[in-house]
Amino acid sequence: MEHGSWLTGSLVYLAAAVLAVPIAKALGLGSIIGYLAAGILIGPWGLKFVTDPQDMLHFAEFGVVLMLFLVGLELEPRRLWALRRPIFGWGSVQLFGSAVLMTVAAVLLGVDWRLALVASLGLAMSSTAIGLGVMAERNLMATTSGQSVLSVMLLQDVAAIPILALVPLLAVSAEHSQGGGWLGAAKAVGVIALIVLGGRLLLRPALRWIARSKTPEIFTAASLLLVVATAALMQSVGLSMALGAFLAGVLLAESEYRRELETDIEPFKGLLLGLFFIAVGMSIDFAVVLAQPLLVAGLVLGFLLVKGAVLWAMGRSMPIPVTERPPFIILLAQGGEFGFVVFQTAAAGGGIDAPTSSLLVAAVAISMLLTPLVLLLSDRWWAAHLAAHAAGPQLDEISEPQHAPVIIAGFGRYGQIVGRLLYANGFGATVLEHDAEQVEAVRRFGWPVFYGDATRLDLLRTAGADKARVMVLAIDDLEQSVEVAKLVREHFPRMTIVARARNVTHYYELRNLGVEMIERETLDAALMSGRSVLELLGFERHQARTLALRFRQHNVAQLEVMRPHFGDEAKLIAIAKQGRQQLEELFAQEREAARQRNERAGWGGQDAAPRDEGRSTPG
Amino acid sequence: MPEPQPALDTTPVDVLVLVAHPQMEQSRANRTLMRAAGEVAAASGGRVEVRDLYALYPDYLIDVAVEQALLGQAKLLVWQHPVHWYSMPPLMKLWLDEVLAFGWAYGPGGTALQGKDLWLAVTTGGPEDSYRPDSYNRYFFDAFLPPYEQTAALCGMRFLPPLLLHGAHRVGKTAIEEHARVYAERLSTYPEWPELAELAECVACEVPATARPPVDTEAA
Repeated sequence: MEHGSWLTGSLVYLAAAVLAVPIAKALGLGSIIGYLAAGILIGPWGLKFVTDPQDMLHFAEFGVVLMLFLVGLELEPRRLWALRRPIFGWGSVQLFGSAVLMTVAAVLLGVDWRLALVASLGLAMSSTAIGLGVMAERNLMATTSGQSVLSVMLLQDVAAIPILALVPLLAVSAEHSQGGGWLGAAKAVGVIALIVLGGRLLLRPALRWIARSKTPEIFTAASLLLVVATAALMQSVGLSMALGAFLAGVLLAESEYRRELETDIEPFKGLLLGLFFIAVGMSIDFAVVLAQPLLVAGLVLGFLLVKGAVLWAMGRSMPIPVTERPPFIILLAQGGEFGFVVFQTAAAGGGIDAPTSSLLVAAVAISMLLTPLVLLLSDRWWAAHLAAHAAGPQLDEISEPQHAPVIIAGFGRYGQIVGRLLYANGFGATVLEHDAEQVEAVRRFGWPVFYGDATRLDLLRTAGADKARVMVLAIDDLEQSVEVAKLVREHFPRMTIVARARNVTHYYELRNLGVEMIERETLDAALMSGRSVLELLGFERHQARTLALRFRQHNVAQLEVMRPHFGDEAKLIAIAKQGRQQLEELFAQEREAARQRNERAGWGGQDAAPRDEGRSTPG
Repeated sequence: MPEPQPALDTTPVDVLVLVAHPQMEQSRANRTLMRAAGEVAAASGGRVEVRDLYALYPDYLIDVAVEQALLGQAKLLVWQHPVHWYSMPPLMKLWLDEVLAFGWAYGPGGTALQGKDLWLAVTTGGPEDSYRPDSYNRYFFDAFLPPYEQTAALCGMRFLPPLLLHGAHRVGKTAIEEHARVYAERLSTYPEWPELAELAECVACEVPATARPPVDTEAA
């Protein structure tokens, strides 16, 4: 029986996800809406395959824990330290500002202040799962808005601990439970210290030892164990599991196992998060919604508006670039999974009654369902409007007749060098960059900058892609780079692409899209170093230069020879090997000829044997 | 990056024009001449080929094999360039150094260019009367030609009377156009040039096998 239900459960969840997510994606709605819809479909108010969503919600919450571990892995301690002000400053403004405003509004509407306070604190939380999920899906994590969303959410995780401790105190009976506040706090501090110290001193050697066993599945198991153990430790002293996992992630961010941990945890995180969203979909209590539709609608709208207003004010004063504000506001305005926990705790402790609790849960769940939809709408109308506005007046500056219009997509180390060469020669360029940290660099040039993803057609158009002659494709993300190339070839065929390739595969992908001017980013720098080495080994400087240049020519020609076989690994290796032999033979022949000439010079009685490559020239 | 194009057409190249100007963007005369030659080439169906050396080899990395293959087909080799320091621009000199190899273009077994013609189409910045003993160039222009003539002779090529445009900095636009017209006409009518009949055969410059210590030339 047990077995049977386990199988049926998996069958239902997996089938629902496999069906709903691709459909939602095909409709352009994103995977999160797909999961939520799947949840509603199989839940107690849909086909009734699952009747108790709460269990699943608890289990799937672990997906959020894994996600925060991964977020931590991306964040070295140094960068986390740099974020301390946004976390504690702006995070507090969001959480407490929203909570206070909502409490006041509720009390004014005649709600009991204790109930109002608990509800407001719960509603002020935002969904980490959806927020960071969307940010990652849009590749916005590295931008100012991404970092701001992360900061606020981290504070919410930290604040969840005192809030959860406070909720029982606010229960109507106001009994002093929470035995031994000091002892609890001491335990909490002890566990965090344990995680930090253990993470610093023990984790790396332990991982090294496990990795040496060369059993991949054991490394995966160790990765999971690490997260589970940290979470369990944190939970045992009443701290947020997700916070613990995040901490463990940060401690491993600088370790050599970062990438392996990431690839190992990633699929678990993806599936569990999916499950989590399904559970959220299932837990929407449509009976409550249908009983008081206006109240629910008013509640959702009301708390979204209050939070939105606070976030809007924050976005203006935090300097978040205008075009990044819509996702910042929308992602943080929604309710979150912590709200569920707060309401459940409150309901259990008698702080709020069960119907109110399910009303609030429904409101939060609906806001989570709405978020991806609102985001889509905002992309279409709001962001496009902002982008057009930010762009309008500046575009004229670069359409001066003698300036060749150039668009530089990606203004990191690569794009900046190209930009500086253009600038030094009196040319302007329009820059597309999705990392707001690079803004200062661009500002120094005084060029128009467009924040955002160059993979967005509307953004390319606003940047003047239909007028520009050259697009410098210097994005470091391979997939995005290829996507932009595709987009440009399709929609702006007049614009020539000058591309940076990260590696040979990338080179071929761009080449097969018809891009002709592609430079592999490390080739020339490495050849210059190779020249230096040849010089140190006694080659004349000019000879080293010629050898390096000829090596380069051969290498590029070889790449083209191999291109038709791109994808056929065995064939490629064979051709590459053959090409390498050809070059070695060629160089060997020349060395031999030079040696003979040198000998000959000696035999001919000249005193200085010229160490040249030995072209004999008349005269 | 524009890689050197190997000759791919089936028609063998009769006339090979090599243009070398390190500052083509500032050129008046040579740019016009090259355009005129290009028009002839376009209409010749592959019989005439124009190669802009500085555009083909901006990094001075000459593809010797391609150059020799083209040169092997041609009957007339044209060098079109501005005269810099009484000589040719550096990339053209490098072309000579690398393409006209010992054992291929001259020396024992070096017969690839035997019987071909070499024609110089050069411009000078100084006006014609500056090339006089009493002016700042101190010599008649002919005095700077022997290195060219001897290069042709050593490879077994006839040195045709050069086409000169003096004072290229100052000469009027119409004069340049007129000069380009003559240039184009000659390129398209080669080898039906009246003066060719009167020209003596090339002097043979046999490099004795003992002129250089013995060496296996195949490798070069």
